[in-house]
Amino acid sequence: MGWLVRWWNDPWRPPRIMRWVTILYLVWSLAPVLVAILFSFNNGKSRTTWQGFSFRWYWGDPNLSVWNDTSMHTALVHTLVLGVVSTVIAVPLGVLFALGIDRWHGRLPAGANFTMLLSFVIPEMLLAVALLFLLTSVTTPLQLGTSAQVVGLVTFQLSYPVIIVRARLLTIGKHYEEAAIDLGASQVGAIRRVLLPMLGPAMLASAVLVFADVIDDFVIVRYLSGGSDTEPVSVKIYNTARAAPTPALNALATLLLFSSIAAVVIGYLIYRWLTRGDATANKGIGGFAGEL
Amino acid sequence: MLKKAGRKSRGRRSLLWPALAIPGIVWLALLFILPMYVVLAIVFGQQDPIFRNAIPVWNPLQWNSAQFQYVFSNIFGANAIYGPAILRTIVFVLIASCLCLIVAYPVAYFTARLAGRWKGVLLIMLIAPFWISYMMRMLAWVNLLQNDGLINKGLSLGGLFNVQVDWLDGMPLTVILGLVYGYVPYMILPLFAGLDRIPQSSLEAARDLGAGRFSAFVRVTWRLSQPAVIASVLITCLPMLGDYYTNDMLSAQPSTSMVGNLINNTVLTPGQTGQAGAFVVLVLAAALLPMLWYVRSTRDEGARS
Repeated sequence: MGWLVRWWNDPWRPPRIMRWVTILYLVWSLAPVLVAILFSFNNGKSRTTWQGFSFRWYWGDPNLSVWNDTSMHTALVHTLVLGVVSTVIAVPLGVLFALGIDRWHGRLPAGANFTMLLSFVIPEMLLAVALLFLLTSVTTPLQLGTSAQVVGLVTFQLSYPVIIVRARLLTIGKHYEEAAIDLGASQVGAIRRVLLPMLGPAMLASAVLVFADVIDDFVIVRYLSGGSDTEPVSVKIYNTARAAPTPALNALATLLLFSSIAAVVIGYLIYRWLTRGDATANKGIGGFAGEL
Repeated sequence: MLKKAGRKSRGRRSLLWPALAIPGIVWLALLFILPMYVVLAIVFGQQDPIFRNAIPVWNPLQWNSAQFQYVFSNIFGANAIYGPAILRTIVFVLIASCLCLIVAYPVAYFTARLAGRWKGVLLIMLIAPFWISYMMRMLAWVNLLQNDGLINKGLSLGGLFNVQVDWLDGMPLTVILGLVYGYVPYMILPLFAGLDRIPQSSLEAARDLGAGRFSAFVRVTWRLSQPAVIASVLITCLPMLGDYYTNDMLSAQPSTSMVGNLINNTVLTPGQTGQAGAFVVLVLAAALLPMLWYVRSTRDEGARS
């Protein structure tokens, strides 16, 4: 028992319980998803009994696989389209907005910044219902369906690029821009040739973040969808998860996960390329994660 | 316009910055502020007597509060059909947030201060749930918790006992744990950022001055991490207030429904649109103070750094 007392009385004893909580947490948070991915490769119809490895639910099965079930691959394609279109609109809009309100002082930009932060923390459900009411009770050029979904997603995601770019602007400071102007550049030229390249990694990080968040979105896309042909993967999972689905649903979810991972990997490779001449940048995955 | 702004760039009244910000401002005004007004116009508006669809009333002077009174009487009144769900929302969100904090704090603490060379790998694994769709994470639990799922199989120890727990049939425990599972990643990262910023030296100073491990934690680490704790609790509570899908996926019974389910069940029903709007206003009113608190705390953060 002596060693136990000594161990207990050691003032610099590492708190081991923290390590065990962390390990258990990681198992709890990731194992269920890994099991779900595993069963997407099941050869049988069960999602709980392993019956051998196959790609049956991806493309093998003539009727029920993701590739051959029209509703499933429509959902996947629609999700990716929403992801790309929303990112292409939200990131430039957010970057310009961030630059503008960062340098323009007054009540209007301060109020706009405040509104943007509110849109960041508002429960998504409230925004989704409000947008649905707007579209159903006011005549707008938007139709429930793809266009409404894109508009809703951009509104909800706009704050990510703004917050990330503003944080980056704060660390860059104004010296580089002022140096460029002193050397004869116009304000616009200084933004285009000095500021925007320096903001490259931040814009990239926000694009990856927005894309990954959009393809995982559920609340807004469900309320603003125009029918079964504009229902993305998350809605498809919600509609069929409790109605005796086949492992094809797991396969669909797995494909969505791979799209997210692909976006992160491509983003990381572009990050490496963007910072290739910059000796001060952290080139590891940690540097990229730091931008996120 | 840009050219003109460029020439005047050094003047204090440059038009360039407003020109850059205007598209975003217009977007937010039309698609964030205006929709909120539409909700009010519908809640305080009228109803078509035949088709039972809501008719928004745009002039605030003509608003009537019949919808609101109806919803309120059903929350607090004698036949309070909505009361239990509201109460349940508060209880579920409170319990789930406490559980989240109990799980998240040690994990964030370990990653920030004790992980050593594993820090990078750990961070990636902590960020991983962000890249996995919420619906997929819930689907994973639906698979595990089915009657013939792996959890029941595990509990019966390979057929030794006959365990038939209906996990997915209106069990509050499942829903609360589902909420914890869904939202805890969003809590760990802000906590990690807060704990990572506490200098090791201040903790060492406390210990050198005679504080035990427990009092050093309570009086230094916990105290210094307070803003991060509050921010992370808010950022997990707010989306939980509008959550209905966790409930639908893991329970699908009215016995566990929350205010999010009330909104979802009424929003697409003709004749109940106004009620859905009233619930939205109610949740917004409850969420407004935490939202403002969070916005203020992040703004102070920006001013400090």
